[in-house]
Order: sequence, then structure tokens, then C-alpha cells
Amino acid sequence: MTKNITPRRNFLGISVALATAAFISPMPAMADAVDFSDKTIEFVIPFGVGGGSDTWARFNAPFLSKHLPGQPTVVVKNQPGGGSITGASQFASRAKPDGLSILGTSGSTQFPYLLNDPRVKYDYKDWKVVLAAPTGGVAYISSSFGVKSLADLGKLKGERLVYGSQGATSLDLVPLLGFRLLGLEVQHVFGMKSRGEGRLAFERGEANIDYQTTSAYLKSSLPIVQEGKAVPLFSWGATDDDGKLIRDPNFPELPHIGEAIEMVTGKKPSGTEWEAFKSFLIAGFPAQKLLVLPKGTPDDIVEAYRAAVRKMKLDPEYQAAKVEALGGYEQLTDKAGESLFKEGTTIDPKARDWVRALLEKEYNARF
Amino acid sequence: MLEAMQSAFVGLLSFQHFAYMLLGIVVGLGVGILPGLGGIAGMSLLMPFIYGMDQVSALAMLVGMVAVIPTGDTFTSVLMGIPGSSASQATVLDGFPLAKKGQAARALSAAFSASLLGGVFGALLLTGFVVVAKPLILSFTTAELFMFALLGLSVVGVLAGESIMRGVIACGLGLMVGAIGAAPATGESRFDLGIDYLVDGVPLVIIGLGLFAIPEIADLIRRSRPIAAESGLGAGWLQGVRDTFKNWFLVLRCSALGTFIGAIPGLGGGVVDWIAYGHAAQTSKDASNFGKGEIKGVIAPESANNALQGGALMPTLLFGIPGSGSMAVFLGGMVLLGLQPGPSMVTTDLELTYTIAWTLAFSSIVGAAICFFLAVPIARLTFVPFNLIAPFMIMIICFAAFQARRDLTDLLVLFAVGIVGIFLRRFGWPRPAFLIGFVLSSQAENYLYQALQFYGWEFVQRPGVLIIGALTIASTLMALRSRVSEEGAVTKEARGEETDRPVHGGATKAERRPQIVFAVLLLATFLYGVMSSAPLSFLGSVFPFYTSALMVAFTGYMVMMLVVAKPGHSAHFDQELAAKAKGADDGTTVWPSVGWFVFLFGMTSVLGFIISIAIFITTFLMVRTQLGVARSLLYTGLCIAFMSTLGHYLTLDFPAGLLQHYVEMPWPLK
Repeated sequence: MTKNITPRRNFLGISVALATAAFISPMPAMADAVDFSDKTIEFVIPFGVGGGSDTWARFNAPFLSKHLPGQPTVVVKNQPGGGSITGASQFASRAKPDGLSILGTSGSTQFPYLLNDPRVKYDYKDWKVVLAAPTGGVAYISSSFGVKSLADLGKLKGERLVYGSQGATSLDLVPLLGFRLLGLEVQHVFGMKSRGEGRLAFERGEANIDYQTTSAYLKSSLPIVQEGKAVPLFSWGATDDDGKLIRDPNFPELPHIGEAIEMVTGKKPSGTEWEAFKSFLIAGFPAQKLLVLPKGTPDDIVEAYRAAVRKMKLDPEYQAAKVEALGGYEQLTDKAGESLFKEGTTIDPKARDWVRALLEKEYNARF
Repeated sequence: MLEAMQSAFVGLLSFQHFAYMLLGIVVGLGVGILPGLGGIAGMSLLMPFIYGMDQVSALAMLVGMVAVIPTGDTFTSVLMGIPGSSASQATVLDGFPLAKKGQAARALSAAFSASLLGGVFGALLLTGFVVVAKPLILSFTTAELFMFALLGLSVVGVLAGESIMRGVIACGLGLMVGAIGAAPATGESRFDLGIDYLVDGVPLVIIGLGLFAIPEIADLIRRSRPIAAESGLGAGWLQGVRDTFKNWFLVLRCSALGTFIGAIPGLGGGVVDWIAYGHAAQTSKDASNFGKGEIKGVIAPESANNALQGGALMPTLLFGIPGSGSMAVFLGGMVLLGLQPGPSMVTTDLELTYTIAWTLAFSSIVGAAICFFLAVPIARLTFVPFNLIAPFMIMIICFAAFQARRDLTDLLVLFAVGIVGIFLRRFGWPRPAFLIGFVLSSQAENYLYQALQFYGWEFVQRPGVLIIGALTIASTLMALRSRVSEEGAVTKEARGEETDRPVHGGATKAERRPQIVFAVLLLATFLYGVMSSAPLSFLGSVFPFYTSALMVAFTGYMVMMLVVAKPGHSAHFDQELAAKAKGADDGTTVWPSVGWFVFLFGMTSVLGFIISIAIFITTFLMVRTQLGVARSLLYTGLCIAFMSTLGHYLTLDFPAGLLQHYVEMPWPLK
């Protein structure tokens, strides 16, 4: 019996408090407060079940559910097709700004947007960012060239480097542009279905330069490095709060790509080619996954989401799980998230034209 | 290692893990039985529950689900002639004739026991080899993978039926449809007809359902009889098990084949059932019964498709590269559990690997046991007039097709492929050859291109390439010796015997007109292939251009033979005429069945899926099945409830039509 009394008393207490509050506090604020009780929020993922974006969404969904006002149910809804263009375009045309539909995009959604792909029917400028989830990656080379570190890169003059790529306009555009800036002559063999397949080609000895995102690198490529078969060269880096490229916190001993270019060329990287590269670099790594709200979402809903993310980040359960799930990168919201969002979804038109021309001329891309 | 094995075993025996494994098995059997739904749908159903579960229980659940899909899907394949999932397409070829002869019980029990043995075999190999598999897997490079694709294509020879030329052309059509979408080398979009949907290519599940399910359903609706001609399931439960054990060596070979195909990343399990089937036909001394109800034709694919999973887990766990379609989703599940696959799966995480292997073995046994148990009640369905089952099946098939991209276009493409399938069936163009071409198309092209880039033409001198090349030639020769017709016996011509075939290809040109029109349409398709691939860049066009050009020549020859050759030529075939010749013609045509599909798809694009399927089911039951109003409505209600429940757990919106575009509707109507 005693067990039953406490909740009821609490319930009564809360009711009384609420009733009092309703009388005392100004009415509009109460009426307007965002409350998702008994609501279902659709977390649209424009990719299939089981991919990187899907697992990212499924990791975040229960925490959002827990910390959003009214503890709504958050369900992940997969809308695959067109390398995420289909799902994102549908979201842009259909989602209502009531906070009940959210979209998770990835580098594969950002890239065609940055390249002005005609199939893209969405505009990042319309959307409000809630969360930005960075990732990183490490490039490494076969030890057969006798290169011990980035400093020996000169030894590669005239060597035939081969990279297993997922396609010139895919996320592998970043290594394509990055290797160029480093002055490396790399043959890109397309048709890999994942970065994992690229790594397999490296392990078979078919490719001799590769990169992996952080978690895959630590799990699968580091053992190859430890066996002495591969040598890490550089990381793609991370960004600080001002959007400046810094070393990846997971690999403080490795130079980031900007440093690498400077070491090889002797100059701080600059110019159109660098600007173009940097836009895709940020869209592909520091701002790889973005959680956005549809066009015209009222500020109080945006704020409710951001508050939920702030609370989520303090949740001990989240902190215990995040290293495994997010590969040691902190998800960002508020100002830091917004600055990443901006950097990762804008490109200088001149830089864009330069990349498009390169892709059309050398890699048969059609826009 | 032994310690890890033991503690994995003990860990799994706890009540909680076992219960989750059972849950996985139940879901796996369910999606297996429902045609078109397979591992991906099963994973999507279980995904929401995984997060936060303890690792062992969640793995037990996922593996349990994956393990039994190729066991459960046998029901639909054998009893209805509709593949329960893409893993059991070949089972249809002999399983369905057995069911029609009243030997469903024998076919099912042979299939389940073969599945069980295959599954356990795969699990054993996984256990024994996972620790040392890495160098073996790495020794297969893109050059060998290309050769394997060719070896797979050589099976077409076995399945070609009466006319080898027709088999090659059907395969060529598959190759061309498989080339739709982005070229692997350049990313250029090919054959997309300006339709965005086709830029990603046509999904395999839609090809499978369109080729096999739609024509079969159309035929069954047309005849409106129960599936089984004879009464009684037949005794045969023991007979089937005995059949499996009598063919133990075949089971062993096909299991090894399945495990191997699964273990080599990039071979893909898409056609493992056909390869095993072809292997069984090639190596049988007397292959005359294949296609007519040969029990070996059931045992071979069923042991291979279950063994596949054990093999497919190796690259999935070791490299994080999925060895089959459902493994891709399993991989996502692992990541969600905080497990990154990689070399540590055979070092620090070895215990988990063994947990997976044990679960696979357990689930294969438990899954087969449940199937035996369910067999009698489920098999009764074959005695129910098909018109009573048809609306439900059509609904499920549409639903399954819609899972591919969650787009209304899924249904339109399903319909289009279905129409092609109906005609391929009628005019004797082997659909399995089409399917094999389709699956291996992108593999062959992609690996050839990659091998050339990596090695240049010297790749043909690699020892592995030479060995597989020799195997391919041997397989082709053997295939030509034992050709299996999709519609019946191993062809007598192939064995050099006199044919006593009645003239069923049409005696006059007028009778052959439908065949000629269809062949000319095929010719036009290949011409389109030549013309539209010519302007592309060299790397993007070389494969589809030469395939289509070759097919233009072959099809041109066929058209000529259809027009000028004497009646009885192997180029002539029309099932309708054959049925007439046998006196089996009942005066019906397939068009009313097609009409029903048009009715459903047309309505869906206007009213959206749920409203349309409700109207469709009710109308069908009242008009075609001649059920009363009350019963029809009850049936419809149950169907819609079932669909909505599935849709809810898969968090999807059903295809919307014009109506939904203008009017706001609540779920599931929206």
C-alpha cells in the first residue's frame, strides 16, 4: 500500500503546482511552450537500413526522445535512393515545420549540393541545424615504397600509386583533390562499393594508398600498420570553434592535410584549388553528419531541439556509449554546430566551377 | 580458442539469449515465408529493438533471423511456385512440380533437412576456418572475381532449355538490364530513359518478383484451381529426409559451394541457389528428371543457400565487408551494438565470433524443426483455390517490392518486369538465365574493369585466373551435355536422342506471330542498347555496347528462324500452342490476370496504396473468387490490419497517389 501512495501524492502535488503555475505565470508562455507529449517524431535518413547514417541516427534517436520536451517517440525512417538525393529532396518538399520531421544528412548529401547537381531539389540555406557530427580519417601508404613518414614523400616521384575509389563525385572526391594538392600521381580505380572494399584492395596489394575513417582505421588498418605493411601519412584533420583546420584529436601525432601540403610544397596552402578542397573536406569530415529541421521551423522549436542536444551531451548514458558509437568525436550544436554547418554547406562559386571542370575533363563526370 | 568456444556455448545457453534467438528465428521464418521479404526487411523489423540490448542477446537475435530465412522461404517456393526470398528461386524449378504431383511433403522435408545440414555445415566451417580464413580470402583478387562471374554465367548453359541460343539471349537481356544505372568505371548513367529511378539500377528483389512471382500468380489466377492437382500432401515426410541422406555427397558439395561463395567477398550470394542447382544437374548421371520434380533439384539449392550464411559471416566479421545482402544489414546491427568488425573478431573478440557461429548452428536446427512442425498446416494452403490466396499474395508482393526504394515507381517497375516475365515464360525464354545475367552483369563489368586497371591484360596469366578459366570451360561443356528446360525435362536433343516433341511452336507463320513480335521487340531493345551506349565514354560503354551488339546478331538470327524455319525448329516455342496441342487448353487467356494488375497499379497511382489495395482485394474477392460481401470485407480488413502493423514497425509511408498529393490524410492512408 505504502508504495502506491507516493506516486499519487506526487501526482497530486504536481497537479497543484501546475495549476498554481498556470494562474501565476503569464498565459502565452505556457501555451507556446514546445511540448511533444504523445507525439511521434520522424527522423528521416535518406539512406538504407544498416549504413553509417542509419546507425548514427539510431544511436541518437533514443537520447533525443529522452531529452526533448514531452519525451516523444523518435523513429528512424529510411528513405534510400539516388545516393540520398531522393530522400533529402522529398524532405525539402514535404516536411512541415512543426518539429515532428527531422532529417539527417551526410557528406553524400552535401557533395552533390556543393557540386550543383541538377537532381538536387534541396537547399541547405533553408534548413536549421540542430546537430553536427564530425568524423575524421587517416591516409596511409604501402610500406613497400620505403616511405617512413610524410617527410619521405619525395621518394614517390615517378611511382605508380593506386587508390580504390567509390567514384569521383562520391566522398572519395576528398582524397582525389587532396592527393593532387600533395603532388601525388594517383590512379583512381573506381567501382568500390564502400571504403571497406578499398581497404580490401589495399590488403590484397592491388591498391597501395588508402584512407579509412577513424573507427575503421583504428579497428582494421592500424593492425596493418603495426604489422609493418602500411605507413600512416596524415589525417584529414578537425576544425576548431573558429573553423580553423587543426590536428585530429584522435591522432595528435599525425600532421593534418593542411600541414602535409605545407611540408611537401613548402608553402601554406591557398588558392582556388585549396579553397575547393577545403569546402569538400569540411563537408565530408568535420561536418559529415548534420541533423536539420525543415524550412520555416519556428525558433522555439529549434531551441527545444538544441536544448535537448545540450542535455543529451551531459547524459552519463550518452557519454558512456559515445566513444564506441561516434568514434571519439564530440557532436556539436549551437554556435559550433552552426559554424560547421555553414562551412560544410557553402562553396565559393569559382572553386565549384573549377572542381566541376576537373571532374568533367578527367573523370567523365556529367552534370 | 577452445576456451572461447566453450564459454560462447555456455553463454548462449542462458534463458535470455535463447529466448532472443527464438524471437529472431520467428521473425526470420515469417519474412522468409512472405515472398520478396528477406534479410533486409527482417533486419529493419528488429533494428529498433537492438539499441541498448546486451551484445550477446542481440547477436543471437540477428543471427537467428538471418539463419532461418533460407529455410522458411522454401514453403512459398515449393507450395506456390513463388520464391519466398531471392535465396530460393532455384528451389521452385523442381519443388513446385513435386508439389503439383502431390509430393509436397517429400519436397518440403527434403528441403528442410538439407537446409539444416547446410546451415550446420556453414557454421562448422565458420568455426573452424574463421581464424585462418584471412589469407585465403585475400588471395582472391579482382581478376579471380571476374573469372568467377564468368564461371557463374556458364551455368546459363544448363538452364538454357530447348534452345541454347534462347538461353544466351535471355542472359544477354539480363546483362543489359543489370547495366542500367551508373557505370562502375565512370559513373555515367546508362539506359536510364531519363527516369531518375533507373539511375540507381533496378533492385534485385523487383527483378526476382517480376520474373517469377507475377507470371506464376497470373497463371494461377487464370486457372483458378487449387495449386496441388492431386489430393493429399502425400506421405513422404520420411521419404524426403531419406532423399537428403541418400544424396549426402551432393549436400556436402553444395554446402561447401555455398560456404565458399559466401566467404569470398564480392561474389555475392545472389545466385548461389542457381549455381548449386546447375551443379546438381551437371553432375547427375541421369538428369532427365530435372525441372519435372527431381528431388536433387530441391536438395542442392536448399543446402547451398543455408550454408552461404556461415561463409558470408567470414568477410563480414573479418573485414567488415558483407558477404551477402542480409549481411550488409547485419553489419549495421553490429555497429549499433558498438561492435566494429575487424581483425579483432578473431583475437580479443573471438568469443563473440563463436557465439555467432553457435547461434547459426542452433538456429538452423531449431528453424528446421519449427518448419517441420508448421509444414502440415501451411501445406494445406495448396488445396485452397488459389483465387482465395491471390489477393493476399499480390498485396505482399507489392509491399515487398515497395521495400526496395519506398517509391511508387517500385510498383510500376515491378509491373513492367512482370509483363516481360509473363512473355518470357510463354515463349520459352529461360527466366533463370535472365536472372543470372542480371545479377552477374555489374560484377563481371566492374571486376573486369578493375582487374584491367590494377594488372593490365597480364591478369589473364595469373594462375588463379587460368584455373577458374579451365573450370569455366569444363562447366560449359558439361552444361551443354545436361541442359534443363525451365518447363520440363532435360532436352532430349541435348543428349542426341530422337525428339518426339509434338509441334508446339506453331505450324504456320500466323500462329507464330506473337513469338515473332516478341522476338522483334527484344531485337529492338538490344538495338537501343547499342545506340544509346555508343556515345558514352570508352570505359562506360565498352561492356554494354559489345554485349548488346552480340545480342543483336543472335536475336536477329532467332527472328529469322522464327519466320523462315520449318515448324518444329528449336527456335519455335509458344506455351499457349503447346497447351493446345496437349489438349490442356481451357480457353482462358492470361489477359484478365494482367488486367487485375493494371487495375491495382493504375488505382494506386491515383488513390495511394492502402485505399487501392483495399478496393482491389474486396473487388477481386467478390468478382473473381465470388465470395460474399461480408466475408470479402472481413478478409480485406484483416489484410489492411496486417499491412498497417508491418508498416508501423518498419516506419514507412505507403505509396501515395495523386489524391494524397492534394488531400491531407492520416497514416496509413497518407
